[in-house]
Amino acid sequence: MTDTVRDPYAASEQDTTSGKVFTVTGQDWDSVVAGLDNESDERVVVNMGPQHPSTHGVLRLILELDGETVTECRLGIGYLHTGIEKNMEYRSWTQGVTFCTRMDYLSPFYNEAAYCLAVEKLLDIEGDIPEKATVMRVLLMEINRISSHLVAIATGGMEIGALTVMTIGFRERELCLDLFELITGLRMNSAFIRPGGVAQDLPAGALDKVDEFLALMEKRLPEYAALCNANPIFRGRLVDVGYLDLAGCLALGITGPVLRSTGYDWDLRKKQPYCGYETYDFDVITRDTADSYGRFRIRVDEMWESLKIIRQAADRLRGMEGAPVMIADKKIAWPSQLSIGSDGLGNSTDHIRHIMGESMEALIHHFKLVTEGFRVPTGQVYVPVESPRGELGCHLVSDGGTKPYRAHFRDPSFAHLQAAPAMSEGGQIADIIVAVASLDPVMGGVDR
Amino acid sequence: MTDDANLRTGGVAGEGPNAPPDKEVHEELKDPSSSSSAPGAPPGERSLVDKSAAEGSIADKSLNDKSVVVSDDPGPLPPHQDLDVIDVRHGMFGVTGTGDTSGYDGLVRPVAIPGATERPYGGWFDAVADRLESALTTRAGDTLPKVVIHRGEITFHVAREQLVDVMQTLRDDAGLRFEFCSGVSGVHYPHDSGAELHAVYHLLSMTHNRRVRVEVTCPDADPHIPSVVSVYPTNDWHERETFDFFGIIFDGHPALTRIEMPDDWPGHPQRKDYPLGGIPVEYKGATIPPPDQRRSYN
Repeated sequence: MTDTVRDPYAASEQDTTSGKVFTVTGQDWDSVVAGLDNESDERVVVNMGPQHPSTHGVLRLILELDGETVTECRLGIGYLHTGIEKNMEYRSWTQGVTFCTRMDYLSPFYNEAAYCLAVEKLLDIEGDIPEKATVMRVLLMEINRISSHLVAIATGGMEIGALTVMTIGFRERELCLDLFELITGLRMNSAFIRPGGVAQDLPAGALDKVDEFLALMEKRLPEYAALCNANPIFRGRLVDVGYLDLAGCLALGITGPVLRSTGYDWDLRKKQPYCGYETYDFDVITRDTADSYGRFRIRVDEMWESLKIIRQAADRLRGMEGAPVMIADKKIAWPSQLSIGSDGLGNSTDHIRHIMGESMEALIHHFKLVTEGFRVPTGQVYVPVESPRGELGCHLVSDGGTKPYRAHFRDPSFAHLQAAPAMSEGGQIADIIVAVASLDPVMGGVDR
Repeated sequence: MTDDANLRTGGVAGEGPNAPPDKEVHEELKDPSSSSSAPGAPPGERSLVDKSAAEGSIADKSLNDKSVVVSDDPGPLPPHQDLDVIDVRHGMFGVTGTGDTSGYDGLVRPVAIPGATERPYGGWFDAVADRLESALTTRAGDTLPKVVIHRGEITFHVAREQLVDVMQTLRDDAGLRFEFCSGVSGVHYPHDSGAELHAVYHLLSMTHNRRVRVEVTCPDADPHIPSVVSVYPTNDWHERETFDFFGIIFDGHPALTRIEMPDDWPGHPQRKDYPLGGIPVEYKGATIPPPDQRRSYN
């Protein structure tokens, strides 16, 4: 019995037409080395991933090695492709938010914002979005930037064995997710930013919680600097690793912290402001080392800048109690509102009473908007936002119908992964981990 | 039924920008071949199948037979901008032959996208267009790109033979300096005959803080577009993605293989003739069809 049943995942070696193939399961490196001994002058191709703790998700790295030196690096992606863009072509403009928020799952509010800003540009209603909705978008996006950078630092630390960095990173991220849960009802993928505004007003006490968050973060963010900045092991792993200069960044389409690590202060929030970013006081962080260490320091410092923006946004929201958060145009604004009932979150009972008992027209209106949606004039737009990773662009095409004709997202992770070979070829195999982590790719965004 | 339909369609005819007399609406309604879906197409499928039925584009045919009803507003456009009709949709819900007496069956809606804009374009658009055109005439010497301005964005529609030249100029010319490319996005217009597949490039000049869009088309029958990887290396993966999803072959790409779908996948999933897929779902006794077969609004 044991002879006939083969475990395909057990460590093994077999000869194929393209050479000897080893299946490695861990703790068996000696047997591989022994097996290779007589052909050690030949190249070794190692498959790293697609399911490996330090590939940042289901990324597959195909490495050609000469000893421990990487001579060639290729990437295999597509393992997380879910057809989000295609699916959006079959749902209404409002429903599209629910899909695109799931692309880059570490920065869902940026996906929603890019898409909604694009829909609003096609509708030509950018000037009609209520101020409070815009400020709430900024508030959520900047909290999201912190939570995303925390995961980048945490998983980047974990991948080089700095487990404390991971545990404290996820500890702080939890604070961000708690805020999302309080404000939007969900910790991730909230579909909260909608064409025309946001889904709901701030709940009572939300701004107090934001203040508590700010106070706590200001106490805890210095821990990252204390743990890492001068840590000789951390520096030894990160300094001068994953080098990519400005020319390389532009040729490969790199933006975000990686571009800013070359000393170029390109940040769309400053250069091409949207959502009123020009009215907030914050700095663009740059460093000129163009390496992984510089990118780590930029991310930590950007969290401080985000805290500044969050404080300003919260102050503005304090003066806007009761202001509308959805566009006044009833042909676009989502008709119903959610509220917490005895059986959980659902349609507000006031709204149900209104459409079922008081107004026939309101019922028709609700029905038409919910089932059919609104129409968007023909044309195409491209709207970029500065996501935690870089330029997240939404190319949206409308045929005048109730659904997007084509929604395409230029996800920064997708473009950035192309730089992994340029950053790692000729270096040590262990440095690939650091280089990829410094790009901070999120496979949900890469594959969409 | 016919009277009702005629009233309804006739009633909205005057509102469209190019509404012709509706004398042949009766013929249009009686003629079963003018219905949107191809015979045997599943209900709910959008009217994107019937290509072989018309000699020319469906849009041309329907515009010529003077039975067009424009039922919705193409949005505010500057007076000097015309519209390009790329498709004509019939009916309201993509369902035909059901004995529907509402008259919605007779709706005809041309899909018109913003067309060429005339000068002056306004702002820095003129300067960029001038610069590009002068560089192109000295270099290639043939047709100048069509320019479309819409929603504050400028699009250069370029012939595919010229694409690499245009991109090289846009990147290198000191007055243009579009050093950053956000990749290429495909769009499939099955009824835009002779130009079914569009490749759309978004360029950014960090030097001048400007963005332009370059759009290039190719027919379904000859889906070739030159690769611009030599100009913008970042387009390596973007072109692979567009090839994967739309079947556009980028000539000169270093290794044009699938990137998201498995290597042996048949078809190109984001084309309009590729179904979304899905299975009917039963919920509380009712069966809900998959999303691409539900009733939808044309």
